[in-house]
Amino acid sequence: MTPEEVQLARSELDARPEHSASSPLSVHALTVAYHKKPVLWDVDFDVPESSLVAVIGPNGAGKSTLIKACLNLIPRASGAVEFWGKPFAASRARVGYVPQRESVDWDFPVSALDVVAMGRYRKIGWCLPVSRAHKDAAMACLDRVGMADYARRQIAQLSGGQQQRVFLARALAQEADLYFMDEPFAGVDAATERAIIAVLRELREHGKTVICVHHDLQTVTTYFDRALLLNMRTVAWGPVAEVFTEENLHKTYGGRLTLLAEAAEAVARSQPHE
Amino acid sequence: MKQFLVLDLVPLLALALSALTCALLGNFLVLRRQALMGDAISHAVLPGLVVAVILTGSLAPWGVFLGAACAAAVTALSIELIKRLGRVEPGAAMGVVFSVLFALGVLMLEQAHGLANIDLDPSCVLYGQPEYLAWYSAPERAGELLSPSAWASAPTPLFTLLGVATGTTLLIAVFFKELRIAAFDPALATTQGVHAGGVHAALMLAVAIATVAAFEAVGSILVIAMLITPAATARLLTDRLSVQLWLSAGTGVGSALLGYGVAANAPRLFGLPDALNAAGAVTVTLAAGFVVTALVAPTHGVIARVVRTRRLARRVAMEDLLADLYRHRDDPSRPSEIQRPDQRALDRARSRGWVTRDIPPRLTESGLRYAESVMRRHREWQDELVRRAGLDPEHAHLRAHQLEHLPDPSTLPCTE
Amino acid sequence: MTPPAQAIPVHDQALSVSEVVRVLTLQAGHNTTVVTLAAATLGLAAGLVGAFALLRKRTLVADALAHATLPGIAGAFLLAALVPGLGLGPMSLPVLLIGAAVAALLAAWAIQLITRHTRIRQDAAIGIVLSSAFGLGVVLLGIAQRLDVPAGGLHHFIYGQTAAMRASDAMLMAGIAGVALVSTLALKKELALVCFNDAFAKVDGWPVARLDGAMLVLAVTVVVAGLQAVGLILVIALLVIPPAAARFWTDHLGRMLVLGACFGALSGYLGASLSALLPDAPAGSVIVLTAGAIFLFSLILAPSRGVLAAFAQRQTLRLRIAADHLLELIHDNAAPAGPVTLRQFARARAWSPARAGAFARVLSARGLLTRTPAGYEPTPRGRARGERVARNHALWEQYLVTHADVAPSHVDWSVDQVEHVLSDELIARLEAELEREQSGAPAIVPPTPDSTGREAGGA
Repeated sequence: MTPEEVQLARSELDARPEHSASSPLSVHALTVAYHKKPVLWDVDFDVPESSLVAVIGPNGAGKSTLIKACLNLIPRASGAVEFWGKPFAASRARVGYVPQRESVDWDFPVSALDVVAMGRYRKIGWCLPVSRAHKDAAMACLDRVGMADYARRQIAQLSGGQQQRVFLARALAQEADLYFMDEPFAGVDAATERAIIAVLRELREHGKTVICVHHDLQTVTTYFDRALLLNMRTVAWGPVAEVFTEENLHKTYGGRLTLLAEAAEAVARSQPHE
Repeated sequence: MKQFLVLDLVPLLALALSALTCALLGNFLVLRRQALMGDAISHAVLPGLVVAVILTGSLAPWGVFLGAACAAAVTALSIELIKRLGRVEPGAAMGVVFSVLFALGVLMLEQAHGLANIDLDPSCVLYGQPEYLAWYSAPERAGELLSPSAWASAPTPLFTLLGVATGTTLLIAVFFKELRIAAFDPALATTQGVHAGGVHAALMLAVAIATVAAFEAVGSILVIAMLITPAATARLLTDRLSVQLWLSAGTGVGSALLGYGVAANAPRLFGLPDALNAAGAVTVTLAAGFVVTALVAPTHGVIARVVRTRRLARRVAMEDLLADLYRHRDDPSRPSEIQRPDQRALDRARSRGWVTRDIPPRLTESGLRYAESVMRRHREWQDELVRRAGLDPEHAHLRAHQLEHLPDPSTLPCTE
Repeated sequence: MTPPAQAIPVHDQALSVSEVVRVLTLQAGHNTTVVTLAAATLGLAAGLVGAFALLRKRTLVADALAHATLPGIAGAFLLAALVPGLGLGPMSLPVLLIGAAVAALLAAWAIQLITRHTRIRQDAAIGIVLSSAFGLGVVLLGIAQRLDVPAGGLHHFIYGQTAAMRASDAMLMAGIAGVALVSTLALKKELALVCFNDAFAKVDGWPVARLDGAMLVLAVTVVVAGLQAVGLILVIALLVIPPAAARFWTDHLGRMLVLGACFGALSGYLGASLSALLPDAPAGSVIVLTAGAIFLFSLILAPSRGVLAAFAQRQTLRLRIAADHLLELIHDNAAPAGPVTLRQFARARAWSPARAGAFARVLSARGLLTRTPAGYEPTPRGRARGERVARNHALWEQYLVTHADVAPSHVDWSVDQVEHVLSDELIARLEAELEREQSGAPAIVPPTPDSTGREAGGA
């Protein structure tokens, strides 16, 4: 290697962001592999408090995998993940999770309120029943997402957007400081989308941090403060205004950025921010 | 010899033929994840069998096959109806249907036991009726078996099994392409004119007939072992369906012969007079074959996997260590990364001459070159991704995969 | 080989009503009573535990575990018979049941090993373990039956029998079932959570693997309890059929658990009683067939999820939609007055004449249409309904145009009144829009609902 190349390699490595022990989430050189193939390679970023983070990238880029690896749902090949400077097991009580909607059989015989109450089970403890106080807390969370009228409805009778809101309410019931959400805006109607983003902003105002896997490029700049552009490795990370550029998007999506997506981008840039 | 011909030859052949038939059919069940349908059908043919025996007064093949076919049809239909109309999950639907039908069969069996002409014993359900396979008019010497006429007096179930085995083998050989596409991609198959639903129904029918044909040899429940275990064993050894079919047939027949031999002879080793239960012994032999294969199979075996994973992990740890040392080679005061040095990787790197033995460890000349090549590989890999990002992630994976398998450090290009 | 022992023959001749009443009211002797009650307890526990196995989709794993008890029973027997130093009575029930439990748990572990460490999928793994364990059991059983120690009762564990069951055996059975029952009730919410969304449970800190293990242990406990009465092949039926039947009646987990347990208890009770009354009727089969009958009844007749109810709901909806269309048609064509003929109906809605005729007759019967020689005319009620329907549809059309992004989750074409879904102000606005359109003025796009979407009907 020529001296210049060495310098370049070094500077690339040196450009790793600083990690702080007070960050809600600190991911260090995370590598995840399925069978022999790496799905995530050397992902490194540090999320400050009170931010709404979007994880974006094409299909198969490892976005869901990132969340699952952080939450110890799948094993890591190498790297470390810290929550306020501590491993996940020690910080579990402060972390909330909204899984993908498809991960559940919605024909399950429970009502919306029952599902939200599941977020309180940790606080209730083993073998004890769900008391009035906890039921009320669950009800309050349902109300925050605008689903109070549907508390007794069996979940299969809800629309996709309503189901997503129930999932969000359940995470709220966990009373966490850091929330992971896997595609919360996928396949929901506009009213639900507005409801969800209102809740997210409320969370941020209260000092909470939210990390969302997001698929809609149109809304990234309006909804989120920071973005992680992911395609098996970190393409870019930082405040949305800085990293959400055409060049970075091109590096993330490559040739896949079709005409439609470009048009959507153009529209997003021309619309006034809410 | 005469005793062998009278008592053992036909059961042995019957077991082998049953194993052959079931092993071949079982491949498609396992591939389509329908193994438990085989379980359900083999339980559920009992009432069909009993009704046929009651109506015809004997275990004559045609009546029994018809009974089995009807029972299989009822089973498959009921399961579908319950799944669709009742919105019940598939496993539960199967459980409901086959247990109710089996209970019905046992009840009928009990009630019919009072009837004089019925000779169906409930225990035969469990492991067959080998006494029906005794060949009392067997020839005196083995040599006489070479003439076909000597076989005329052999027990009927043998011929039934022969017919079923031959039929199954022929059908699978002739319709191999269709079966394969229907198993792999039912939707595509249907659009291509191979009606996947029809193939599935035919398969279930074949399973029912095989179950009933193998009844005297193995009974209802152990036939499941013959359906699933050889196919699963073969699956661990190959990725190609045709090879899998051959291997499963071989495993099935081999286990049948070996199992029977063990059942007949092993007790003698311990000084016990009686033979072990043949059907049970065959099942255990099949299971043993599966376990051994699961451990030692070259690509898919457990041992092979563990070795591969360890090797990969060692390489990754080593490369991480070298990269770490490379970054700090001129800057000993910089704090190192989160990962603490892996002692084993360090020892390994030292023994290969890439890292010096002093503290703190440093890269040697060759170690430096290796580390640089690791850097270059990573960068190349990343560039590759950028150029092909989103377009062909598989390619990027393969690339990294190939790059990881650089054979020998001495083949690394030295550039200065 | 002797057949499975029959149930206690109460009478060899035809049954009399007093016989039946005596058995059903638990007056047919101490033994029969205890056995019947124990069977009911078994059914109660099985219905409850089985509900979770059903929701977790692990029913057939439980089936494999049940079959796998055979080598445990035979093995325990052999161990006790061949190693007299252990001082265990070979046919002692607790010894055999412990052997059964150990074997079942080993089988559960084997299934997990196969699924996790090889490319073999769970269904094949279950089949392999089920049949292999059973085969081993058959071999061991064969050895056991040729020993000098009497082993006549061993094979009863396969098909079950209540005839030779002692009262103490029955009470052991009820005791084991009771333990399973109480444990399941204690862990009710944890098991429900794992069944519903295990990833969430794991992240929340619940030991999902251990809870799954607990569920299997509970299933094994119920299986072991039911071995004597129902036999290992059919005990799975008690775990799956009552909860599956209960599911048809309710969408509420708590009620499903209670109902499943009740169906199980009923199957046990009725089945054991019937088996005692009828000759040549092994208890296991009768209990399962009773449960099956309850299932069939529920499948067909349960309101809301049953087949007939679903069919009726579809038909009602279809009729209602047809009525709406018909009346709207009349309303739209009412200007050039006069009755509408069947042929006009049929053509307008692309119905066959027969269908149009059928609908028209139904509507006449309901007082919405009257038949005149020249065709069909709406009654005042029918006219009012047609007007309402036409207005509703016009409002929905307008709503879809102006609120295209929100509409799909709100628009319900068959609702009686749009007021049931949308807020009054919104309707007023839509109506204003409609009027403006009809009078030809340019349309004004109304403001979108606020950020919580609450304005649009509170959904």
